[in-house]
Amino acid sequence: MLKFDNICKTFNPGTPDAAVVFQNFNLELEKGEFLAIVGSNGSGKTTLLNILCGSIPADSGRILLAGEDITRQKEHRRAAKMGRVFQDPSRGVCPSLTVLENMALADRKGRAYGLSWGVDKKRRGYYQQQLERLHLGLENRLGQKVGSLSGGQRQALALLLATMTPIDILVLDEHTAALDPKSSENVMRLTDELVREKGLTTIMVTHNLKYAVEYGSRLIMMHGGAIVEDRGGEEKQKLAVADLLGVFNAISVECGN
Amino acid sequence: MSLAIIGGLLENIFEEGLIYGIMAIGVYITYSILDFPDLTVDGSFPLGGCVAAAMIGAGANPLLACLAALLCGMAAGCITGLLHVKCKITDLLSGILTMTALWSVNLVVTGGKSVLPFYDLPTIFNSGLAALLPEGLYAHRVVIIGALCVIAVKLIVDLYLKTKSGLLLRAVGDNQSFVTSLGKDQGNRKILGLALGNGLVALSGCVLAQQAESANISSGTGMVVMALASVIIGRTLFGRLRFVRSTTSAVVGACIYKACLAVAMQLGLPTNYLKLLMAAIFTAVLVSNNLGRKKHAEIR
Repeated sequence: MLKFDNICKTFNPGTPDAAVVFQNFNLELEKGEFLAIVGSNGSGKTTLLNILCGSIPADSGRILLAGEDITRQKEHRRAAKMGRVFQDPSRGVCPSLTVLENMALADRKGRAYGLSWGVDKKRRGYYQQQLERLHLGLENRLGQKVGSLSGGQRQALALLLATMTPIDILVLDEHTAALDPKSSENVMRLTDELVREKGLTTIMVTHNLKYAVEYGSRLIMMHGGAIVEDRGGEEKQKLAVADLLGVFNAISVECGN
Repeated sequence: MSLAIIGGLLENIFEEGLIYGIMAIGVYITYSILDFPDLTVDGSFPLGGCVAAAMIGAGANPLLACLAALLCGMAAGCITGLLHVKCKITDLLSGILTMTALWSVNLVVTGGKSVLPFYDLPTIFNSGLAALLPEGLYAHRVVIIGALCVIAVKLIVDLYLKTKSGLLLRAVGDNQSFVTSLGKDQGNRKILGLALGNGLVALSGCVLAQQAESANISSGTGMVVMALASVIIGRTLFGRLRFVRSTTSAVVGACIYKACLAVAMQLGLPTNYLKLLMAAIFTAVLVSNNLGRKKHAEIR
């Protein structure tokens, strides 16, 4: 479904600040796979997502999504085929629009935004039904501005918006990191539910080792722009936080921190 | 002061305030919705007037002149948008560049004249709908036609903002990455918003020129300040009232602003001090707005 083929990326090339992040990085994701990525700061996790989504260009190499080469596609073109949830809950929603208007916008993703009525009244029931599964009572607050919701509520809504239309891949960029423990449990549970139900191919970057172990069908650990651990299938199911922590500490000690 | 004088003063305020209200709605789109401080306004406002003068002077239908002014203003807004989005020039500079260029464009449109009168020719204030007004109302035709224009613009803009395209425009000013994630180029949406905003600004200039039966190249000076002040006055006064639409509050803001100027003139302020007063009012509005916000934040 998704393939990173020989990706290279250096920040500030040709200057004393030059930082090599990726040298011939390769990664392949099967359809329906739920990949969790963990790694220390500066290991290239976020850069990988930014390259995937087109926020920053790769120096060389190719990215294939659903058989299509998207390496040179503009960010918004790729976005039509992806769902992305950011660490910051306000990036995935529109604060000055209402819950209903946010849903209506997301419902049209990838299609034309013309002069027809913005909110389709006939879809209202469907939106409410979708909001009910958040268990946050948002289904009764359709007319409320999203800016007045809490971070946890916004992030849950953002997740719903990102997965409303058919997408090739769901990209989760530390999407529970800014939430309190209860909200992040709720968002993680919802993530798992949506991924299973829609059979979404998912790539999730997280700092939470527990979530990385508990959720997903495959786990990789990154360090210095390379994959140092790759566990899938049964191996992943048997993995415990303690195993992971061992490797993680070894890497960190290597780095001298 | 007698009642007649106050009545005359009020009518005078509304005659201009309502027409400037059209501009305020345009600037509401660029400033409030897109969060774009657009200085093009100082150039696109007289552009509308000059287009009206040139076309009506050449015998064109005044409504056609309005449409032409709208389209010319939209083109000006597009240029600011292209400079900002495609050439990556900052928002303020893009506006300044277009505004400067428009000075020459406006002179070309008027044939090199800095004032282009078109007295006794058909305008929207003396032909068409205005000619149908009964005898008693004809004296008040400027207020009536001005009100019709601004109400029509307000309703159309309100309707547009509820369409899918309108919702997406509101999303651009709010959260650009959300628009990108919907698979839409946020830059193009910004250009669209700037085009709409400046189209309305030019329309406002066109209507005002028809009311004065003359276009003035330098009528744009200070329009940014006036329009922004109108929008912010409206927002400060009515922002928390949910049933007052932002477009309405922008128009009311324009009338209040005009009233402040009129009162100062009435109290004997020399005309030379007008722009100084405009800047002073805007400063007062901004400062009070900031203070109000701080207070509000403390309560929360």
